[in-house]
Amino acid sequence: MLYIDSISKGIVIDHIKAGYGLSIFKYLGLDKADFTVALIMNAPSKKYGKKDLIKIENNIDLDLTMLGFIDPNITVNIIDNEKIVNKIKLSLPEKVEGIIKCKNPRCITSTERNIMHRFVLIDEEKGIYKCEYCDQIYSWEG
Amino acid sequence: MRHLIDPMDFSIEELEDLFSLADEIIKDQNSFKKVCEDKILATLFYEPSTRTRFSFEVAMLRLGGKVIGFSDPGSSSVMKGESIPDTIRTVGSYVDIIAIRHPKEGAPKYASFYSPVPLINAGDGGHQHPTQTLTDLYTIRKTKGQISNLTIGLCGDLKFGRTVHSLVKAMSRYENIKFILISPKELQIPEYIKTEVLLKKGIPFIEIERLEDVIGTLDILYMTRVQKERFFNEADYIRLKDSYILDNEKLKLANKDLSILHPLPRVNEISYEVDDDPRAVYFQQVKYGMFVRMALIMKLLGVA
Repeated sequence: MLYIDSISKGIVIDHIKAGYGLSIFKYLGLDKADFTVALIMNAPSKKYGKKDLIKIENNIDLDLTMLGFIDPNITVNIIDNEKIVNKIKLSLPEKVEGIIKCKNPRCITSTERNIMHRFVLIDEEKGIYKCEYCDQIYSWEG
Repeated sequence: MRHLIDPMDFSIEELEDLFSLADEIIKDQNSFKKVCEDKILATLFYEPSTRTRFSFEVAMLRLGGKVIGFSDPGSSSVMKGESIPDTIRTVGSYVDIIAIRHPKEGAPKYASFYSPVPLINAGDGGHQHPTQTLTDLYTIRKTKGQISNLTIGLCGDLKFGRTVHSLVKAMSRYENIKFILISPKELQIPEYIKTEVLLKKGIPFIEIERLEDVIGTLDILYMTRVQKERFFNEADYIRLKDSYILDNEKLKLANKDLSILHPLPRVNEISYEVDDDPRAVYFQQVKYGMFVRMALIMKLLGVA
């Protein structure tokens, strides 16, 4: 068993689906952080068997929409004095802007400059989004 | 401000309101010939479409309004690389209402975010063509007296035909509709229409290859064109091609009160001999399209 010190003040991003921790770590720019951070991969999880988690010894602004989009099962714990003071359960965001791109070559987003790619959640259970412009389906499951 | 981007943008009640206005216009065109006399419509056609553009322009002219626009982006600032938001903001500051056709899917929706005036999607690639759907619904209502309790046969290219997809979605909101989907296997209606619309709402439908086998059960027959190049193999094309050509011989098997619709242009899927049959309503459908667009312009401009 691997032990990592608990943090006194900061954020723990827990219940990340195993394998997704590194991309979230990089997305949050934690690979360039000048404070203490830990990425733990394949930790045992009662719920999922295996999970990734990230510990951040600092308070940073988190893009919860983005995190929820990557993995709606994530829990964000805000830590103060080594105690969880706030537990944020994420969910799939209703709208996703500028994160994923529409792959339909006939979509207006393929030619128009400065257009924001926008997706709208149409099936929360299956995690299915559609492009707000051309209705092209986007699904995490691919 | 109200736009028309998707055929489902209007509720059934709003559609009924619109269709009643179209009825009034047909009944007494004289009373409507000045209702838009101080209004201007811009038709921004980024790809050619004589039929739809004429229909919009004539609709506005018959309401006493004026029309500007382009039918070839090559002759406009679009060629200089102007973005859609800039074009729409500029044109929208000159006119009272805009109809836009664009080859890219979702362009009218994008344009509507920036439009200071009501905007109508006059067709965006293979995506949506809401005023065609309004025309189809109005034609059905006009010829059948209602849009419920009907068996509608959709025949031809059901895979790529956007008018078919929109019509299925729009009609699925009405009561007691049954769909007979007549097409070769290669051109069947997309899976998502079946799962997301028909199965989800429990609407009865059957898929069949030959028109002759079902034509006698239909109240409405909506014909579309089947292109040879859509078939995967020559043998299937030869076996089935005549099934998708409506002629007097096949019409002998049909009900007396059948209504035959077609979004037009027709190539050879309806024989010219059928044009004289009272059941052929596709040219009336074209005319109804103009009245529906007149009603739509009035509603969106708030002059109704």
